[in-house]
Amino acid sequence: MSDITADAMPMMAHAPARVVVYNERIVKNAVIMAMFWGVVAFTVGVYLALELCWPAFNLGYSFTNFGRLRPVHTSAAIFAFGGTALIGTSFHVVQRTCRTRLFGGDALASFVFWGYQFFIVMAALSYVMGFSQSREYAEPEWYIDIWLTVVWVAYLIVFLGTLMMREEPHIYVANWFYLAFIVTVAMLHIGNNLAIPVSFFGAKSYSAFSGAQDALIQWWYGHNAVGFFLTAGFLGMMYYFIPKAANRPVYSYRLSIVHFWSLIFLYIWAGPHHLHWTALPDWAQTLGMAFSIMLWMPSWGGMINGLMTLSGAWDKLRTDPGLRFSVTAVGFYGMSTFEGPVMSIRDVNALAHYTDWVVGHVHSGALGWVAFISFGAIYYLVPVLWKRTGLFSNKLAAWHYWIATLGIVFYITSLWVAGIMQGLMWRAYDQYGFLQYSFVESVVAVHPYYVIRMVGGLLFLTGALIMVYNLIRTVNSPTTAPAAALRVGA
Amino acid sequence: MAIRHEFFEKNAIFLLVGTLLTVAVGGIVEVIPLFTIETTVEKVQGVRPYSPLELRGRDIYVREGCYLCHSQQIRALRDEVERYGHYSLAAESMYDHPFQWGSKRIGPDLSRVGGKYSSEWHYAHMQNPQALVPESLMPKYAFLAETPLETGDIQARLRTNRMVGVPYTDDQITNASVDLFAQADPNGDPAALMKRYPKANLVAGDGRRVTELDAVVAYLQVLGTMVNFADTSTEKLQQ
Repeated sequence: MSDITADAMPMMAHAPARVVVYNERIVKNAVIMAMFWGVVAFTVGVYLALELCWPAFNLGYSFTNFGRLRPVHTSAAIFAFGGTALIGTSFHVVQRTCRTRLFGGDALASFVFWGYQFFIVMAALSYVMGFSQSREYAEPEWYIDIWLTVVWVAYLIVFLGTLMMREEPHIYVANWFYLAFIVTVAMLHIGNNLAIPVSFFGAKSYSAFSGAQDALIQWWYGHNAVGFFLTAGFLGMMYYFIPKAANRPVYSYRLSIVHFWSLIFLYIWAGPHHLHWTALPDWAQTLGMAFSIMLWMPSWGGMINGLMTLSGAWDKLRTDPGLRFSVTAVGFYGMSTFEGPVMSIRDVNALAHYTDWVVGHVHSGALGWVAFISFGAIYYLVPVLWKRTGLFSNKLAAWHYWIATLGIVFYITSLWVAGIMQGLMWRAYDQYGFLQYSFVESVVAVHPYYVIRMVGGLLFLTGALIMVYNLIRTVNSPTTAPAAALRVGA
Repeated sequence: MAIRHEFFEKNAIFLLVGTLLTVAVGGIVEVIPLFTIETTVEKVQGVRPYSPLELRGRDIYVREGCYLCHSQQIRALRDEVERYGHYSLAAESMYDHPFQWGSKRIGPDLSRVGGKYSSEWHYAHMQNPQALVPESLMPKYAFLAETPLETGDIQARLRTNRMVGVPYTDDQITNASVDLFAQADPNGDPAALMKRYPKANLVAGDGRRVTELDAVVAYLQVLGTMVNFADTSTEKLQQ
């Protein structure tokens, strides 16, 4: 069992004579754009947090109002930062674990990458200009959706083709997750965006579905944007970069099989937990809750596999700041995949839904898991891709780590307090049996916690800026590696 | 297990197909019955398609991302029913393409905001929320009052809604433009409009120049008012 794992891990294999030149330019571009979009996403996030502290920051313009900027933030974080990191790392990982250059030639890979960047720019511009389907995390209108579909099919062709051209007998576990991410996102994207445009020359469309059915289709999509975009894809990242950085094989091959199939099977069912106590039929709510709770196990299977890979290499956390990010990410993954099932219980959800607890939960996943695992991968990739011996400064990376971690702690703890307080205030009764608080009293009560959340976001952004500086200095430092670094298995 | 899993691990196409089949199950089991089980959307009296002006107001509500701070879904919980009114029925959003249930309450739920405040209040509040509610976090939407409503494609919008299942009649589509302006003309004769769209609220305007804010107010004022819960006994709600 373990020799299959070893086989599939390039670093464990004997270097063959054949030399493969990988397409690294595309990965380099992705690293640069991911960092750019990361800074954009965090900056817009901080600005939105300011608007929620002091509404004067909305400025009164249509394009600076919270309602239009919020999709810019979520799309920049999920699709621009996360998506670019996923495309870049998947291209890196699939080439090296298959020992072959990307299928379809450099032009197709470039089309995928730049076509995706074009999608992001079009989406962001359309939001501020006032075009939105109002489907959370799927706001772009129909013409942008069609463009993304084309790009995504090309992405699947490149990835699948590379897998089929591989020089390795087995498909490495990271690629299972990347493939599941690509194919499931395609399914979700098409299903959720079915709509009829008002005219061929206009942006406006009306959803093919309505009301309760539309709600479930949206959250079938929405929750699995979390499950497949933000989880399966980034687990692929984890399964390559943690073993590489720790120089250890994946802890358990059997566990990776079990948790892969159970994770992708169970995740799809969890959507209705976004619709507890609503007009969605109870049977669907109950199914959603039951599967959400079951989902805890395969999620922790991934966490255990990631963390236990560190067995015997824990000392590297002291010396490798990139690995520190990756491992902390897995910790946050474990925490938020426990918190999620708890919040999906109907009676917990009665308190938590519609409150800032949900926002805090999302950010423990987005900042703690998605961003940290990406930071870990990028800190690893930059010296490898640009052929440098290491980062410009491990000390700056350590500063980034602690500032960002502190930012996350500020963010999620303040929103735990704010969210639970909102939930309790909304349902509080006074001694005469009347509702105790008006809605606006709950708005006033959370103000201090919104300020703390904004400071947390600002810290996270500061850390990312330190990272950008560190990476630029790393790239500008003299190269040390000989041309042989291009060799297979490097 | 390790041996059998080689089947997927050594063949990318099998891995792809196996994954696709695995992820398809949950969606099929949960979504398809919602379209086939009749009780998903209960039959109630009063829910009608939006009037042209309300529909345009709804488009602007969608465009501005109002759903990001306001839910339109009162859950079946005691405190919500006391705060906002009767819990939301699936039928009340059956003509909502897309649904606007929302997921976050930075501001209050709006499912039944219709008739709760006067239209004058809404006009003032939309343009400067803090003037009426000093603690409010809501952005100012004064620009809506200055933006003329685009009305040229109103028939196309109704027709598109009919294509996705909203039962607009030929009569309603033919008169879409007339009805739109009639609803923004408090001095005109709304009889024809009221016949086609019962309970429609007239908003400010002179019947010629309609602003985006007029449309939004018309939409807000109809929210949650279509079903008459005072007249709906439990027996009537049961099927």
